[in-house]
Amino acid sequence: MATEESASVMDDYEMLISTTDVELLKRAWRNEKAAPEILQFESSLVQRIKEQIELAEQNEEIFEANNIEPLTVSLYQMDLDRTQFLLRSYLRVRLQKIEKYLFYVLKTDEYLNRLSKQEQMFARRCTDDLGSHLDETVLAKLPDNYRSILKQSITSEEDDMGTRSSLNLFYFSFFFMCLNIIAIYYVCL
Amino acid sequence: MAGQSDSTMSLFSSEEIEFMAEDEMTEIVPNLRMDSLNFICGDYGPFLPQLAAQVPLWLALALKKRGKCTIRLPQWMSVENLTRVLEAERDSHAFQPLPFHYIEISRLLFDHAREDIPDMYMVRSLIEDIRDVRFHKVETNLEKFTASTVTWKNMSAMEVNVIRAFAGRALQAFYKHDNEQQTPDTDRAQDKQPQSTY
Repeated sequence: MATEESASVMDDYEMLISTTDVELLKRAWRNEKAAPEILQFESSLVQRIKEQIELAEQNEEIFEANNIEPLTVSLYQMDLDRTQFLLRSYLRVRLQKIEKYLFYVLKTDEYLNRLSKQEQMFARRCTDDLGSHLDETVLAKLPDNYRSILKQSITSEEDDMGTRSSLNLFYFSFFFMCLNIIAIYYVCL
Repeated sequence: MAGQSDSTMSLFSSEEIEFMAEDEMTEIVPNLRMDSLNFICGDYGPFLPQLAAQVPLWLALALKKRGKCTIRLPQWMSVENLTRVLEAERDSHAFQPLPFHYIEISRLLFDHAREDIPDMYMVRSLIEDIRDVRFHKVETNLEKFTASTVTWKNMSAMEVNVIRAFAGRALQAFYKHDNEQQTPDTDRAQDKQPQSTY
């Protein structure tokens, strides 16, 4: 395991020189989609990608002004579209996970810290909206003991409502095994 | 198959897998002159007529659709290689090494670059045969599936994807039933989270 890790540090270093941000984002997106729990938000990567997208959009305007060949412009547009898709999909998968494990994420510091500022805001507003909606429609009409959105009843010792991320060893090891196979394969190429 | 049931979040759609496959590098022979393209995803070119260049598949297909290049068939897609792979695939239980996205790449080339593929019909039927043999292997492997023996080398993107949701749930079930005999021990599972190194 230790040798693997040092090898991966070396790889990381070599990758850093040759890997584009799009490649990194693609990896983050793939990991995020495959992992059952929410992963650390790649804030600096997302920031860099956003800047590059903005730059590409500005370039596009310059192309149009300078009468660059339409073929070239359309190719640049395709590249831009692909990057935007990746970024959107990455952000969307995370939002889906936050919505699904809303209460659990908010309750657990470890997960909460993995979210970006905006995502934390989203999670809090989501909880507020959901809470007030459930309050108005159902909870306010129930007897006092059953009014919490987090507990089955007032006698529950801990919060026992809401979904938590279905974590367990095998789930993980399997996903990462799949990913490792992919990784190994790429190295072989 | 079981892979088609829910858990939409952990599965890649076939379009998404195709999207990933489109980033694989392909050799093209352009028939136009074009300056370097400085994309967000990397720099390609400059392109000169009749001089081979390496580009991602999506760029190759975009140029191909506009009649600006011919695509060189990857070496692994030659009839000789595919025949050899098919034979080896039939003879052994292991998966033969093929590009991770062999299904998607060959499909995209069949759809958009058929005139660049000599023996198109032959290549196509070989790949279909290989795919069938391999998916059959995936299915037989699943019958023997246990928590301790999950080592399948050389599986392709589509194949991993088909079994991903099923295998995930199966392993979860193994875990659950194992733990029913012992005392439930959820803390241990949480301590041992592997880092996402990939």
